[in-house]
Amino acid sequence: MAAINRDDVAHLARLAHIEMSDQELDRMAGELAVIVDSVKSVSQAAGDDVPATSHPIPLTNVFREDVVGHTFTADQALSGAPDSDENRFKVPAILDEA
Amino acid sequence: MTDSHELIRLSAAQLAEKLAAGEVTSVEATQAYLDRIAEVDGGERGVNAFLHVNAEEALAVAAEVDAIRAAGGSEAESLHVLAGVPIAVKDLIVTVGQPTTAGSKILEGWHSPYDATVVERLRAAKMPILGKTNLDEFAMGSSTEHSAYGPTRNPWDLDRIPGGSGGGSAAAVAAFEAPLALGTDTGGSIRQPGAVTGTVGVKPTYGSVSRYGAIAMASSLDQIGPVTRTVLDSALLHQVIGGHDPRDSTSLPDLLADLVAAAKTGNVEGMRIGIIKELHGEGYQAGVENRFHDSLELLKEAGAEIVEVSCPNFQYALGAYYLIMPSEASSNLAKFDGVRYGLRVLPEDGPMTIERVMGATRAAGFGDEVKRRIILGTYALSAGYYDAYYGSAQKVRTLVQRDFDAAFTVADVLISPTAPTTAFKLGEKLDDPLAMYLNDVATIPANLAGVPGLSLPGGLADEDGLPVGIQLLAPAREDARLYRVGAVLESLLEAKWGGPLLAQAPELAGSPALETQEAN
Amino acid sequence: MNTEAILSFEEAMEKYDPVLGFEVHVELNTKTKMFSSAPNVFGDEPNTNVNEVDLGMPGVLPVVNKTAVESSIKIGLALNCKIAESCRFARKNYFYPDTPKNFQTSQYDEPIAYDGYLDVELSDGTVFRVEIERAHMEEDAGKLTHMGGATGRIHGADFSLVDYNRAGVPLVEIVTKPIEGAGSRAPELAKAYVAAVREIVKNLGVSDARMERGNVRCDANVSLRPHGRERFGIRSETKNVNSLRAVEHAVRYEIQRHAAVLDAGNPVVQETRHWHEDTRTTTSGRPKSDADDYRYFPEPDLVPVVASREWVEELRATLPEPPAARRKRLQADWGYSDLEFRDVVNAGVMDEIEETIAAGASASVARKWWMGEIVGRAKNADVDPGQLGVQPATIVELARMVEEGRINNKMATEVLDGVLAGEGTPADIVEKRGLAVVSDDGPLLEAIDAALAAQPGVADKIRGGKVQAVGAIVGGVMKATRGQADAGRVKELILEKLGVTA
Ligand SMILES: [Mg+2]
Ligand SMILES: [Zn+2]
Repeated sequence: MAAINRDDVAHLARLAHIEMSDQELDRMAGELAVIVDSVKSVSQAAGDDVPATSHPIPLTNVFREDVVGHTFTADQALSGAPDSDENRFKVPAILDEA
Repeated sequence: MTDSHELIRLSAAQLAEKLAAGEVTSVEATQAYLDRIAEVDGGERGVNAFLHVNAEEALAVAAEVDAIRAAGGSEAESLHVLAGVPIAVKDLIVTVGQPTTAGSKILEGWHSPYDATVVERLRAAKMPILGKTNLDEFAMGSSTEHSAYGPTRNPWDLDRIPGGSGGGSAAAVAAFEAPLALGTDTGGSIRQPGAVTGTVGVKPTYGSVSRYGAIAMASSLDQIGPVTRTVLDSALLHQVIGGHDPRDSTSLPDLLADLVAAAKTGNVEGMRIGIIKELHGEGYQAGVENRFHDSLELLKEAGAEIVEVSCPNFQYALGAYYLIMPSEASSNLAKFDGVRYGLRVLPEDGPMTIERVMGATRAAGFGDEVKRRIILGTYALSAGYYDAYYGSAQKVRTLVQRDFDAAFTVADVLISPTAPTTAFKLGEKLDDPLAMYLNDVATIPANLAGVPGLSLPGGLADEDGLPVGIQLLAPAREDARLYRVGAVLESLLEAKWGGPLLAQAPELAGSPALETQEAN
Repeated sequence: MNTEAILSFEEAMEKYDPVLGFEVHVELNTKTKMFSSAPNVFGDEPNTNVNEVDLGMPGVLPVVNKTAVESSIKIGLALNCKIAESCRFARKNYFYPDTPKNFQTSQYDEPIAYDGYLDVELSDGTVFRVEIERAHMEEDAGKLTHMGGATGRIHGADFSLVDYNRAGVPLVEIVTKPIEGAGSRAPELAKAYVAAVREIVKNLGVSDARMERGNVRCDANVSLRPHGRERFGIRSETKNVNSLRAVEHAVRYEIQRHAAVLDAGNPVVQETRHWHEDTRTTTSGRPKSDADDYRYFPEPDLVPVVASREWVEELRATLPEPPAARRKRLQADWGYSDLEFRDVVNAGVMDEIEETIAAGASASVARKWWMGEIVGRAKNADVDPGQLGVQPATIVELARMVEEGRINNKMATEVLDGVLAGEGTPADIVEKRGLAVVSDDGPLLEAIDAALAAQPGVADKIRGGKVQAVGAIVGGVMKATRGQADAGRVKELILEKLGVTA
């Protein structure tokens, strides 16, 4: 497994939408490298025949009936919003479409 | 009327009895706790267990219970056994009418428009909620030093950490600021603070307590549980908050056995109690080891059979945990972006696009440990690394589960120290994430496998006089076994000490807060 | 705004072979959302069909809507897919303000339905089999409105407003395998495929299937390769092509654009394209980049969906007649010729005719009105015939008035225009406009006499047995009565007067 360098961290920070200063990137790269190194034994621990466990207690088919429950008013929905207009959440311009 | 010094030192079960007998009112008890909070929580050398104190509402609920009791009749008779017994709630659990911050700046001032399921159940039981307790930001930490609102101090030594992430709940209970508290445990955040503060903490079987309304760190590991001063109190509280919830898809439909009955009829005769070879000895502080072996002796004397089990894959548990937890957390914490609620920070320069506002908000709103875990999780899930990291970690989870399955064929309950050390000094491990992560080495396997765990006080370490925790583990859905064994061990230890361990804690110098208790 | 070169379609076809692929998103018409109990309703006040789950509030958890799962299985079965014994949801992680959790809960490597096909009938009756890769469940995003700037478009907007009413609406995404061999019929196939999917989900009753509301949305992938080459070319993905005609136009345009790029010796850029209905062109969206690392992982807040074979068979038993079988049955019931029926299907008025017949019209009357009158009006108005809002009852009433001799056909079309103009019911309009066949023979006979006198030669021809010449006299009478006369009655009276039997 490759070591984590500063460019990797910059890329990850972009994916995670966290702006980071150059200093932060450097420090984070160092810390992550140590952590990643310490967990690398995990990838060798289990053979191909071992199934993955995503839930500790297996359940299946947990469903909800299609029955309408409670809703908020627009005021309640927007009560914590940093900015709003015309009963909608207001955000700065979007540069590009996802 | 009991004097308030005595009143706040009663266990929840004892207080409940006095309330039912009319010897004390809920308003008196609630006020006594509020007074205690005002006395010891604030100020420069305060415990700082509370981020918000909910005095008015708590007293109103207390008065309502008192009125129902005074009126008598069927309503009084149908009151829950814990009605009128106050409780503190970890500030990771959402509450209507009080702020919920998750210990983070990014949620400063946010009020949830809905109650967590466990909070609904506290309200249904008419338990006055004293306030919200401090934690490592988004429950990421083992010392409560990663709170954006300052660290909580350990009531045993104010220069030491109270454990984490639920240090606020544990310290509040240890400092007699609350008889009961709710915590959340993703890798040990209930049990490890319990160990270092001399309190009892339980991580229930995964899915046996609804997670609805607990701000998620790692969805497949998180579990809400009781933080108390006695094993019986944990059973009482566990029974209030547990049970199926249709709003949580991972909630178990099963009804657990009667936990309170198990705590009351504790008996270990003929039980097989397994020492996990990998979870003691090397790497564990000598005082911790000594107290652990004391407990084994007591259990043996009480008729339990002590067996040794080996869980060889536990060596990978910490590593697997530090892949799964940050992976899930990186996704769970994506919603904090400055659009719908919480903090919004505008970039200082450059174009004002939503992308940059999100980036600036998350940069300013999250602390270092949260950022570290988000970046680590983003890495573990990213293209090309998923199989090696997240995928492998999920396989280790299977191996850990198999280790537990094998161990539980030869032992009814497993036992280990809860944490490798007693409480360390504030700041001591703050710059060493790896050293910090090692605190959870004994608690993490239970989270990976979903099995229940209980930590109870095992005495004081010889070298520093600080509390040591003993952890009991049971198979999934067998939480009752923890209470059965825990209650026996607790009574044997208390008989040896001549009372509860917390009676040996130093008296906190009343340092009435000059400023208000409320961080929010 | 678009200056990109294109080749003529014919030239493009001479040189290249198109390969298509479609991702069609179908919004299910469940009462509630995919993972929350908030109502799934279109058109309400912003941010009122939401609760804490839809807003991605801290602490919330999803719970799967059982009806949405059943609808998804039904779609899978109708597309001849295998239904997964067990499947899971996954998180697709990306930040966008219309996505409340900044991840979409979707299915990734374990779709509920996979490996199916759909036989698509082209306008000349050719059947083309489109292979279905998968159909998976996911949730819709909220709705963004871009404000300020000149165009109302995303570029140049000052800010955007977000309404989360649509966030969490259940979607089934249907993904085709690469479609080869359509040749110059690729644009037509594109339209026919989307129409067929729309017809299926509507027929199943699992979606309102209204494209103008975004109930069915199409992303169209196009790539070209030189004739004879096996390897696919680089594709573009044109997003949100949201009408049947637009699908056809967008595929045609992209074929022409790719051809020009390749002809100039340039590589096609793998990118998202945006469709512009006004100019009928696409513009470059965003190239695929390393930022498209969605970090999929199994949704830890949800548990697997296990579709037992019993459950699948139970659902299969509830499926309605498939559209192709239904078409066969309707054609036989209505007695239309192959050509007549195909015209009806191509005009997109089969359902309307079925409803009109159900309301009481004869098969021939229903066809006459829809194909003869309404389809043309829709074309002029540039909308789908069904969108004109003609009620089956209106046609039944018009037909009855004509049959009873109260109005003639010409008046009936005038009444239809009145109904479409919102002037009221047919009866209202007949009365308001004073439209009624003149039934008193007196004034008619006068007009007939005048017409016969005006064209004595024609009158002689009729007397001589050339009955078909009567039309000229009838025309004269109709003109004199300004169309108010019943042409049938006029013809009868003329022949009577001239002593000729028809
Ligand atoms: Mg998708
Ligand atoms: Zn999709």
